[in-house]
Amino acid sequence: MATPVAAKKDASQDRQKRMIADHYGRLSRTHLTGEKNCYTYVPGNLTELLRTFDLLPVLPEINALQSGMRGKTREYIAAAEKEGHSEDVCAYVKSDIGMISSGNVGPTGERLPPPDLLLLSYTGCFTFLKWFELLREKYKCPIVMLHVPYQGEGAITPSMRKYVVDQLKEKVIPILEEVSGKKYDEDRLREHLVRSAAAEDDLVAVLQSAKHRPSPIDAYFGGVYYIGPMFTAFRGTQDAVEYYKELRSEVEARMAQGKGPITPEGEIVEKYRVVVEGPPAWTHFRELWKMFGDEGAVCVASTYTKVGGTYDFGFRHDPAHPLETLADYCMGCYTNINLPGRVDMISRYVEEYAADGFLINSVKSCKSFSAGQLMILREVEKRTGRPGGFIESDLVDARYFSAANIKNRLESYFQMIAQKRAATGVAVGAS
Amino acid sequence: MRYAVGIDLGSTTTKAVILAEDGTVLGRGITNSRSNYDLACKVALTEALITTRFGLIAGELSRHGSKPEDVLAWTQDLERRFRMQQYLGQLRVLGRVLEKHLTGASAAARPHVEAIVRQMVEEAPGLFAPGASRKSDFFRDLAGSRYTHHAEEIARKGGAKIDTLAALYDKAILEVENTPWEEDAFEQQVRAALDAMTDAPQLLRQAVDRATAVVLDQVTAIGTGYGRQRLPFPKERIRSEILCHGLGAHAMFPLTRTVLDIGGQDTKAIQVDENGIVTSFQMNDRCAAGCGRYLGYIADEMSLGLHELGPLAQTSTRSVRINSTCTVFAGAELRERLSLGEKREDILSGLHRAIVLRAMSLLARSGGVKAEFSFTGGVAKNPAAVAALEDLIAENYGEVKMNISPDSIYTGALGAALFAWREHQDRTGATAAAALEHAEASAPESSHAH
Repeated sequence: MATPVAAKKDASQDRQKRMIADHYGRLSRTHLTGEKNCYTYVPGNLTELLRTFDLLPVLPEINALQSGMRGKTREYIAAAEKEGHSEDVCAYVKSDIGMISSGNVGPTGERLPPPDLLLLSYTGCFTFLKWFELLREKYKCPIVMLHVPYQGEGAITPSMRKYVVDQLKEKVIPILEEVSGKKYDEDRLREHLVRSAAAEDDLVAVLQSAKHRPSPIDAYFGGVYYIGPMFTAFRGTQDAVEYYKELRSEVEARMAQGKGPITPEGEIVEKYRVVVEGPPAWTHFRELWKMFGDEGAVCVASTYTKVGGTYDFGFRHDPAHPLETLADYCMGCYTNINLPGRVDMISRYVEEYAADGFLINSVKSCKSFSAGQLMILREVEKRTGRPGGFIESDLVDARYFSAANIKNRLESYFQMIAQKRAATGVAVGAS
Repeated sequence: MRYAVGIDLGSTTTKAVILAEDGTVLGRGITNSRSNYDLACKVALTEALITTRFGLIAGELSRHGSKPEDVLAWTQDLERRFRMQQYLGQLRVLGRVLEKHLTGASAAARPHVEAIVRQMVEEAPGLFAPGASRKSDFFRDLAGSRYTHHAEEIARKGGAKIDTLAALYDKAILEVENTPWEEDAFEQQVRAALDAMTDAPQLLRQAVDRATAVVLDQVTAIGTGYGRQRLPFPKERIRSEILCHGLGAHAMFPLTRTVLDIGGQDTKAIQVDENGIVTSFQMNDRCAAGCGRYLGYIADEMSLGLHELGPLAQTSTRSVRINSTCTVFAGAELRERLSLGEKREDILSGLHRAIVLRAMSLLARSGGVKAEFSFTGGVAKNPAAVAALEDLIAENYGEVKMNISPDSIYTGALGAALFAWREHQDRTGATAAAALEHAEASAPESSHAH
């Protein structure tokens, strides 16, 4: 996923970087190798299934956020706006459109191939649908949509599962066969799923290490690196299994030594523990992280690290029921969970991770995230008795990031927690 | 006399509140914020020390048996004359700086500039006459309006180009503002003021002597406000203005549970508990639409003083509906409305309502208004904004007691000064919260005092 520019790199970070470089390198050579690719989105991605057909995944929103981190989105967004997309359109979309118009050069500086197939797993983001309509127009390529039912009632029912499985059988698998020229091999899918589950176990151990005091990880800013291979092109691969094994042992070693998270600015001494809701502001990722770090704030859990799958409440890909498990996976993605479900999840994190409070980053681009966030704020405050904070920015549109304003809110928020602690006689940083 | 100071470095003004150890407010000072933040703080502090000295003078008079009406009349007279001395002192600096810039192409303007400064000195007694109203008490604005007035006269008579004269002032005022005040300025100026009072009573002279002899010892300071990152304070001496406004409002009105602060470039809705501790807050996003600065632009567009906007809006009988409170488009919106034949006061009335509507949204987001409510910040001095807020609060939350202190602009600085004592007491082990307790005890019972 992201390419960290950390002061000190762990071996797992180097491994991830190599994996990403290899993947993009392979994508850039498909015109020579004849390998086929499939554009798809992070939430509800069917990577194991794609890999079963030897299709290489391309994830447009990952490219967009990478462009944001590399400072390219200003020009890409401008290019997309020139093509007629209004300022209100999701900045991920405009970044992608702008990148395509500028030659479709990906995050590693290599050209991305045009899509052989657009696979839309619809998990709560209507914009994804429109986005692929635009790409279909541009590339005139085949497209397939998997309609994932929303968890409106807060649970997955057998009929919902069947609805997804039927689509997989009747729509998705046939087109994957057609595009790849390969027959569906369920045993091969099972092998991928076995590896997914192994990696998922290790990922969950990493994320839950934040329950420890001090937390050895930052589960938001650091977390986006940790979920990278799992959420993108690598789930089900041996590379991912090894990455997570290595990461877990590094994190456990840090925990055993009582160390805090490593950030690009160095190690944080934990003063505040917070849960974060909402995506990061990618254009100012390091700056925002530093604002947290300067205050001694460690993110101990985040909802954003669940957009590509929610594993910490027990779900694992199950090779015994390959299509059903893919269906359950899709329906469990964070954007597919209703508001009460999100309130439950955040409240649970606040309690289980012994957080001082929670912060919401409301991004202008993503209504799937931001609709209802103020209700979430009030509700979680009411349930947990711990304060919520609110900042506003955007995914990759730097025009919506006001450093002074965000810093002011964050400082006020953390000082508010310190003041509350002082009033109750608990020292800052006390465990 | 030991004191703590809270400094609130806002985007428009810098405020200082001086607090005695027992929580009594000794003095308040305000100045326009400027590029040199250190100096803005120093000026605000100096101003607060000046009001502290005047407070001491009044105290001395009372202690030595002067009648309350005499105390008031004498100190007011003295302060008025003192302010004139202060103004003249700064005019001298302005004269010197202008002189320095009269070189090259500007040299030809010398006689005109000299004439302007001379006229400004001559008219000063009128500006500071009893009952005279001034456009602003900030030197930049007051001197600026007088300079412009005389410069325009000269230009009209063909003496010099207005652009040349205006450019000279713009260059000079920056330097004047960034010239530190002399250390003993207060004593010199108060003595000059006293000497100018032909019939200054002996009691007053003695009170001035005693008050100027008091050693004011700054024990601790806390900085806050938009520019707090650039204050010459260590990090642990800096507090968020949200916390300071919460605590300051609580000290002024202990039953306050919700605070709305509309400052120069941000609006904050703050919920506090029974101890003045902030429990939640919301503020505007990066856009300063609908904040104090917006009114500033409107005032500039209309060639009015900021404090003239509210009263003019209140003469409206028919408020115009304004949708956008975008500061950037403020001028365009205004001109469009004027070209449609709307009256200035009706447009202004609509603008005030639009600002308050935006604040209402933040209030709702922060948790609404459930109990006593305080309105702070520079905009709380604007009667039209207050009236619009009263209407909308009643409409949305029913009958809620609304507090506005005449010193609301100092709320953040007061909170900072209280934090300063707390921090000092925590550090030195003295009894915590003594200052706050006093401040609470001396807070007004009720509170609609705007």
